[in-house]
Formats: sequence, structure tokens, C-alpha cells
Amino acid sequence: MAFLEIKNVKIAGISACVPKQIEKVVDYPYFTANEAEKFSASTGVVARRITTTDVITSDMCVIAAERLISNLKWDKSDIDCLVFVTQTPDYILPATSCIIQERLGLSVECYALDISLGCSGWTYGLSVLTSLLSSGAMKKGLLLSGESASLEFNVLDKSAYPLFGDAGTATAIEYKEGADGFKFHFGTDGSGYDAIIIEDGGYRNLFNKSSFEVYTTSDGLRRTRCNTALAGMDVFAFGISRAPESIRKLCEHFLIDLATVDAFVMHQANLFMNEKIREKLKIAEEKTLYSLQNFGNTSSASIPLTLITNKQNKGKILAIGFGVGLSWSSVYFETDKEFIISDLVEI
Amino acid sequence: MELKEFVQNFASQFDDTEESVFQPETKFKDLEEWSSISALSIIAMADEEYNVKLKGLDIRSAVTIEDLYNAVKSKI
Repeated sequence: MAFLEIKNVKIAGISACVPKQIEKVVDYPYFTANEAEKFSASTGVVARRITTTDVITSDMCVIAAERLISNLKWDKSDIDCLVFVTQTPDYILPATSCIIQERLGLSVECYALDISLGCSGWTYGLSVLTSLLSSGAMKKGLLLSGESASLEFNVLDKSAYPLFGDAGTATAIEYKEGADGFKFHFGTDGSGYDAIIIEDGGYRNLFNKSSFEVYTTSDGLRRTRCNTALAGMDVFAFGISRAPESIRKLCEHFLIDLATVDAFVMHQANLFMNEKIREKLKIAEEKTLYSLQNFGNTSSASIPLTLITNKQNKGKILAIGFGVGLSWSSVYFETDKEFIISDLVEI
Repeated sequence: MELKEFVQNFASQFDDTEESVFQPETKFKDLEEWSSISALSIIAMADEEYNVKLKGLDIRSAVTIEDLYNAVKSKI
């Protein structure tokens, strides 16, 4: 059973950076007015922040991290470990976390690791970073997570392009003896590996001439084999079953009373799916936080971005990430009165 | 699981189409109201009512409501 309890660590703060450029669903050139309205009604997305090729995920994460380090008044030389979660790294190699160590001016005595996960990435990254810190040998660490999804999807793909937004986040974790820490549940189902996939450009299918040719799917969607292909119905069926199941298992295993949770933060997949999950769990609407409307689905940035935009700076937090892999993970933690949420940074 | 009950559950996912239109032999993708959201609603209905996870392929390959009923039945 994939449960994990990590004690003696606490969340010190979170921050996020998003592009200044706002793209509204209603302005998406491949929608009719009616299609745009229906899309927003079902997905909940009205606008997203869209980056350019000049500002990619690591740039936004570095800016978010600088802001958070400054707000926390942390000395950079005290940061012992750095975990970077993304599916839009700077290069195929080296690991972007190594580049970020230098850009942030962290000590060379620093543990740095990239994790390739998407919508479940923040919760998985959190499990890695908290595990590293819980012995007290390393005292402070940063989890950077984000995505430049607008660069992955084909603008012609009407089902996916208008759904996703770009963002980079930073989460600060520190060792604190006696802290209650974090409780996790994890799951993985590789049988759905192709439900969300970029088919070409890895070593299974090297880039070739046809990688860049636009093709039309049986559902009338247009994209290339270098773009993310999303099997919406399969991902939906996965989300509405695995996400509530994981929350139920987490609560049952760790004796968490759902009624006492202050904020429920789901990965911001889309409103239709998230509301099905919320209804299955019978969690009150007012406890369920969203950032979808103005930021879209921001993959591994979605949970911290949602906490930030809702200014959820206190209480008992229950969060779940689920998506590409297929991979999912839920987490429960409590914040203390020193927990800092930095103001949203725009670039 | 009864076919009649499944057709009723299927019909209840739609707001603007007369209930009498929904029959086992109805070609649901020809309905004016059919959309990608209807497909997700049907997947959610199968999950809630029958604890069955329908795949995109099940929806794509089905023509009539009875085809989907058979897909759900085979997964129970």
C-alpha cells in the first residue's frame, strides 16, 4: 500500500509566477462564439496566462523562488536541496534542477533532482522533498513545479489548447523537530500511459520528418506528433474514479475526518471533472478552492497556484494531484502561523 | 442491470431532448444535443450507477444506446 507519513518537516511558504499575457477563451480564433461559451461553461476556464518561448518553466520557477526566499528571509546558503518538477524542462539533458542551482545562487553543496511528472507532480515532489528533509541532516529545501503547457499543445487542438495555462511555483519546506508533517497516498497505472502523451522526440520514437506534420484525429482535432495528445474521455474516467478513491484511502488510513478539513485543493483539471470528484466525496463547495477560471489547467503548478490565488494561508489542507502517467497522489498537511504566501508575480 | 433502466439513466444526462426519443436502438451520436460533454456525462453515469469505467473507445465504437449498455454490462 503506497502510504507515507513524513514527520518533523513543515511547509514554510509558497509563491508563484505567471506570464503577464492573458488569453481569453472567447478570443480563441478557432472557436465560434457558441463553442467558446460552451467550453467555458463545462471546463470552467475563462482565461489563461500564456508564455512565450523566451520565458519558459524554469524562468518562472526561478522568479517565484527568488520572491519566496526573500519573503522568508532565508539565506540561500542554507538551502540544502532542490527538486524541480516539470514536463517542459530546459533541455533533454542536463537536468534543469542543476541549471537552477546555479541561477538561484545556491551552494554547490546542494542536492538537485528533476522529476518528470505533470498534474500529480506537486504532491509527488512534496513527498520527495519532505522525505529528504525529515531526518534533519538537511534543513531547508525548495520544490519548484510548473509547466509551459501552451508550448506543448498545438494551437489548432480545440479540445486542449484553450484549457491549459502556464505557471511556475516554489514551495519552501524546512526541518522542524516535532512537526506533524505530511501524510500521503500514491497510485500509478501505466496501462494508461498513452492517455496523455507526446509521441515523438524521446528515444522510443526519435524525431523524424512526419513528427512535425499536422494530422487530424478521428474526433476532428489537429496536432502533430510533437504536441501533447490528450485522450479526454479516458482521462476523465480515470480522474473521477481514482481521485476520490485516493482521498478516501488517505482519510481512512490516517483517520482524517473530511469534515474538519479547511481547504480541499484538487489539481485544476477542469470544472466538470473536479465537480464530479467533489460531489462523490460530498465535500462542501465553500471548502473547495479553484483557480481554473483565470489560470486554466496549470499542471504541476495548479495546487500551489490555487492556494496562492485564494490566499489560503492557514488551516488543514487536503490536496490531490492526478493526471499524466497515469499517476495520482493525495496529501494532508497543516500550516502553522508562520506560513507565508507570497504575492503572485507577473512576468 | 436492465436495459430499460440503462436507457433511462442515459436519457437523464440530457436536458433538451424529449425522453421518448431515447430507445435502445437510438443512434445517440445523431442527437442534436450530443456533444463531448454528453460523452463525459455518460462516462460519469456508468461510474456512479454501475461502478464501470467506460473508455473513450467504448463510446467511439458504440452506435446505439444498446451498444453502450452491452459495453457496460460486459464490464460489470
